[in-house]
Amino acid sequence: MTTKQKRTLGRIAAAALLCLAAALLPARGVWRPLLFAAAYLTVGYDVLYSAARNILHGQVFDEKFLMSVATLGALALREYPEAAAVMLFYQIGEWFQGIAVGRSRRSIAALMDIAPETAVVLREGRELEVSPDEVEVGEILVVRPGERIALDGVVLEGSSSVDTAALTGESLPADKAEGDRVVSGTINLTGLLKIRAESVYEDSTVARILELVENSQQKKAKVESFITRFARWYTPCVVGGALLLALIPPLLFSQSWSVWIERALIFLVVSCPCALVVSVPLSFFGGIGGASREGILIKGANDLEALAGVDTVVFDKTGTLTRGSFAVDAVHPGRIGAEELLDIAAAAESGSRHPVAESIVAAHGGDIDRSRVGEVTELAGMGLRAVVDGQLFYVGNAALMRKVGADYHDCHLPGTIIHISREAEYLGHIVVNDQLKPDAAQAVAALKALGVKRTVMLSGDMPRVAEAAAAQLGIDEVHAGLLPAQKVERVEEMLKSGAKLAFVGDGINDAPVLTRADVGIAMGAMGSDAAIESADVVLMDDKPSRLPLALRLARRTMRIVRENIAFALGVKAVILLLGALGVANMWFAVFGDVGVLILAVLNAMRCLRKIS
Amino acid sequence: MKKTFKLEDLDCANCAAKMEAAINKLDGVRKATVSFMTQKLTIEADDDRFDEVVKAAVKCIARVEPDCRVILK
Repeated sequence: MTTKQKRTLGRIAAAALLCLAAALLPARGVWRPLLFAAAYLTVGYDVLYSAARNILHGQVFDEKFLMSVATLGALALREYPEAAAVMLFYQIGEWFQGIAVGRSRRSIAALMDIAPETAVVLREGRELEVSPDEVEVGEILVVRPGERIALDGVVLEGSSSVDTAALTGESLPADKAEGDRVVSGTINLTGLLKIRAESVYEDSTVARILELVENSQQKKAKVESFITRFARWYTPCVVGGALLLALIPPLLFSQSWSVWIERALIFLVVSCPCALVVSVPLSFFGGIGGASREGILIKGANDLEALAGVDTVVFDKTGTLTRGSFAVDAVHPGRIGAEELLDIAAAAESGSRHPVAESIVAAHGGDIDRSRVGEVTELAGMGLRAVVDGQLFYVGNAALMRKVGADYHDCHLPGTIIHISREAEYLGHIVVNDQLKPDAAQAVAALKALGVKRTVMLSGDMPRVAEAAAAQLGIDEVHAGLLPAQKVERVEEMLKSGAKLAFVGDGINDAPVLTRADVGIAMGAMGSDAAIESADVVLMDDKPSRLPLALRLARRTMRIVRENIAFALGVKAVILLLGALGVANMWFAVFGDVGVLILAVLNAMRCLRKIS
Repeated sequence: MKKTFKLEDLDCANCAAKMEAAINKLDGVRKATVSFMTQKLTIEADDDRFDEVVKAAVKCIARVEPDCRVILK
């Protein structure tokens, strides 16, 4: 609580006591009105003062001015308790709003409490504690267990596990050793690390995330702009209505002035659209803050709104649904045993750094005696010619087999096929595939359960490989063999047919598609600047299962926004109607103003909560 | 040029919306946002008139909510 809020609270308490005294004590004559007036002034003098001042500034439809007119009107009609109560509740509402907004701002700030305060650098052999933004690229950072890594960098010395939960929402720590990249904002858990800084603080992951969440407030959702526009019209209209209500029945139908003026005052009390103007942005702010805790960065309220309405999800295959790393799926030997075939292939490939070669060596598992391997020649675009155990083998694709005249045959399994022959004698083949991420199928199923109508996979891969992966994942549609530009074309076609489309990619070479889609979602973005730039939603880790979570968070936020709009407008409309008919009194009106505001703010705060 | 200023004692959301509308109408302002949530004012305006625009924006804010202060750095 700020001092200003504490003072207001004191005044509210004093005024409440005065009101209580006025109501309960057997005060007679002028004492009763005097007590209420004292309460009224105690709690409302600043409202009256700023109302007067704002009038001089030409702010007629200021809520303080309207409150002042409403309460002074009530005093004039000798409704002392009502006047004091309206002012009292108005101040309680303002006070509560300040507290609630302050608290949600702080809790979002706490979520964003990932900024390192200091960094320890090695300068001239000594450790120096400095502010992170004083560290230059190439300097060596010393990070002890329990400390936050201040800048993005590469581990030079030491090994440790690193807690990335604050950035990715992933609770399992990641192991880091020499040569690994580490990211600012993560926490070093177990061992001392020496890290070479690869970026200045301003460009570090943590600084970018913080900037992104702060700036998300500048990109407003359609519903937000609607509320702002609506608010600009609502107050003048209600005040106009109040004027007509006060003047027309008494003038034209010679009704009692006091009855209709009282009804008009009720209009003035509910004329502030505060509940909407506060709760809608608060919901978006909470939703975006809550998502960031899960490692889901949403760049603006408009992106959150678009995400909630998505009915088509288009995936890039490699690196998004698959790991982008190969593994052996099957070994199909011809003349020799499976183990022997794998052994020959692994020995031949043991010197290669190609991902396919590495996957074969990894599948072999055991030690490979390099002395068995003689001369190895790489045949560009085809494979290898290798001498193993004194015999000549060819390891490679179908073109290589044709070249050496081996009687090979294709495989019924999709994937990259590595054929092996001894001279021209065909020995069999090994099937290697890009591995699906373990949670990819589950993510697709979850999206469908959430009502996503269409899931599509775009891939530059061979159709057979892409179709097999899609079938395994339960994806509806596959477009394979695409060049990057053709991916954009496909997405544009779908957009033209009216799809509300999210594109999910790894952000490395699909920036044009990311920007073209209604919502561009980049995955595994920790440390990748390009992805953060071009995407609307950034998933910090590379798990497809974050995607349904992002969708649920966005939808919940939108639902809460709609609830608040419907609730606030509904209650105000009912009170206006009942007030005009003379059924609702001042007390109803106070609820319509302050009560609705408080309930809407409390509802908006739900956006911050975790989804189980 | 685009610059962000902190606002102190910005108490009402409706006022923030009014300030934003008023500042956006100022000459030379390309885009302005007043965020009640982050209590920040962001102004994007032509470079050569930036200081002038900021001064006018501060006046707009004072007119809508006299208690609210802009922290000029």
